[in-house]
Amino acid sequence: MSTLLDVQGLTKQFVKDDTGIVALRDFNLQVEKGSFVTILGRSGCGKSTALNLLSGLIRPTSGTVTYHGSPITGPRTEISYLTQSDTLMPWRDVRRNIEMPMEISGAPAQERRARAMDLIERVGLTGFERHYPRELSGGMRRRVSLARMLVGDPETLLMDEPFGALDAQLRTDLQAELLRLWQDSGQTVVFVTHDIEEALLLGDRVVVLGLRGRCVLDREIDLPRPRDPDELRVESNFVALHREMTEALRKGAR
Amino acid sequence: MSTMTESPKTDSAGRADVVALQRSWWERNGRTTSIWSARIALIAGLIAVWQLAAGRIFDPSFTSRPSDIWTRLVEWNADGTLWMHSWITLQEVVYGYALGSAGGALLGFVLTSLPTVYRVLDPFIMALYAIPKVALAPLFIVWFGIEMDMKILLAAVTVFFLVFLNTAAGVREVDRGLIDAVRLMGGGPRDIALKVVLPASMTGMLTGLKVAIPYALIGAVIGELVASNRGLGYLISNSAAQFDTAGVFATLVVLSVIAAILNFLVGLLDHRVSRWKPAEART
Ligand SMILES: Nc1ncnc2c1ncn2[C@@H]1O[C@H](COP(=O)(O)OP(=O)(O)OP(=O)(O)O)[C@@H](O)[C@H]1O
Ligand SMILES: [Mg+2]
Repeated sequence: MSTLLDVQGLTKQFVKDDTGIVALRDFNLQVEKGSFVTILGRSGCGKSTALNLLSGLIRPTSGTVTYHGSPITGPRTEISYLTQSDTLMPWRDVRRNIEMPMEISGAPAQERRARAMDLIERVGLTGFERHYPRELSGGMRRRVSLARMLVGDPETLLMDEPFGALDAQLRTDLQAELLRLWQDSGQTVVFVTHDIEEALLLGDRVVVLGLRGRCVLDREIDLPRPRDPDELRVESNFVALHREMTEALRKGAR
Repeated sequence: MSTMTESPKTDSAGRADVVALQRSWWERNGRTTSIWSARIALIAGLIAVWQLAAGRIFDPSFTSRPSDIWTRLVEWNADGTLWMHSWITLQEVVYGYALGSAGGALLGFVLTSLPTVYRVLDPFIMALYAIPKVALAPLFIVWFGIEMDMKILLAAVTVFFLVFLNTAAGVREVDRGLIDAVRLMGGGPRDIALKVVLPASMTGMLTGLKVAIPYALIGAVIGELVASNRGLGYLISNSAAQFDTAGVFATLVVLSVIAAILNFLVGLLDHRVSRWKPAEART
């Protein structure tokens, strides 16, 4: 496998009044094509900042991000980014929200519609095509965002705590859904979370970040797939990994 | 993920039941009906009190009375006075309103996309906005004469500022996250403007359009009061000069009908673009 996403010495400093806030310092990461990498870190350690930089939304203070060997200078359509907060257009109904990326790329209306309907079915929202975002529950909105992210058939997915605010059951469902959607797709996923269990359940590899994006641990997860959350929890291998991650997170906070 | 196969049936996701409601005519329209009944009762009551009180409590040469106003309207309708003057004023109001709101909305969008220019101009715009527009009437007479142009511009100036300020406020409140979302989809400035900024600032622009309606009327009528021999403003001052209070009130009735029609039209537009908002937030 080849390196798809290569992050070298990434530093981001925000300016607020007369002070600089370093959100990320000298962050390095290599992501293989087709892999599922989870980034685990405490709140405020710079995870969202890192994804914003990877997606090209904001420019780094120093350092480079290369994708397929070419530097990222702005958002690109092969990379889809599910941000931490909901960004559905409140004036568009579910179907038109999902169609939006295709609309911008100039796909014909019929194709757009067929693809959107297909995705609506896959994320289990059939019957809600004509609903506006405010008429949906938080979990349903996340599904719409998920469908919108997938509609343009991106090569790489960046996801920022996509299931953070959901109840445990729904979270498990959506995680399973995501894995099922990802398998055999050949897509590369960078998934940010602060939940150890989620990181272990989903990732081929877990990168634990400490303060300001310092890498404390980078480990392959060799748990066999498909991973069932209930069985996993009692497996000794998983328990050991869990302990290792907890330790790493604690170390990262210092 | 183009190769995903079977569709998931995750019905555990707390989906609300959709139930067909069997609502009777009264349940569906009852509220609207009772509100309209109350409105009609109120206006009928007011007219009745006015009619009875005039001549007993008030002097009808000052307050007129509904029957006289009605007679005057019928007379003016028959001899064409009403339509001639209303048509002039209506044209001034509509042209002024259209000109002012088009200019205000356009400049609102353009200036907010040039933040530095806006910051430079901001104090000047506020200073101009603070000028009582009536004070401009004499100047406009010098510039444009006493024909319709001057009244159209007087109406347009006030409308312009209201629509401009509200549109600009609407544009500035657009959620950054939504703009970033469009950028992530590969959208350029054009997509951002058309798919995010325009719909998101619609609420602000519509507020401007709504509050501007009475000012379009004020502008036109003031213009006619100051200098004119046609239009409803002229009709008011002419009737008042002849101590014809019925005539004054009849003209006021016509003016409020024009305002109501304009309100209704903007309300339709509002309803059309605000469908996505919760029912409580709609007006
Ligand atoms: N626009 C900004 N301006 C100033 N400081 C910022 C900005 N964005 C982020 N920061 C700072 O950078 C640090 C990292 O923020 P970031 O949003 O990346 O954290 P995070 O790891 O995603 O946290 P969470 O898990 O809570 O989402 C924080 O301390 C925050 O104060
Ligand atoms: Mg974050």
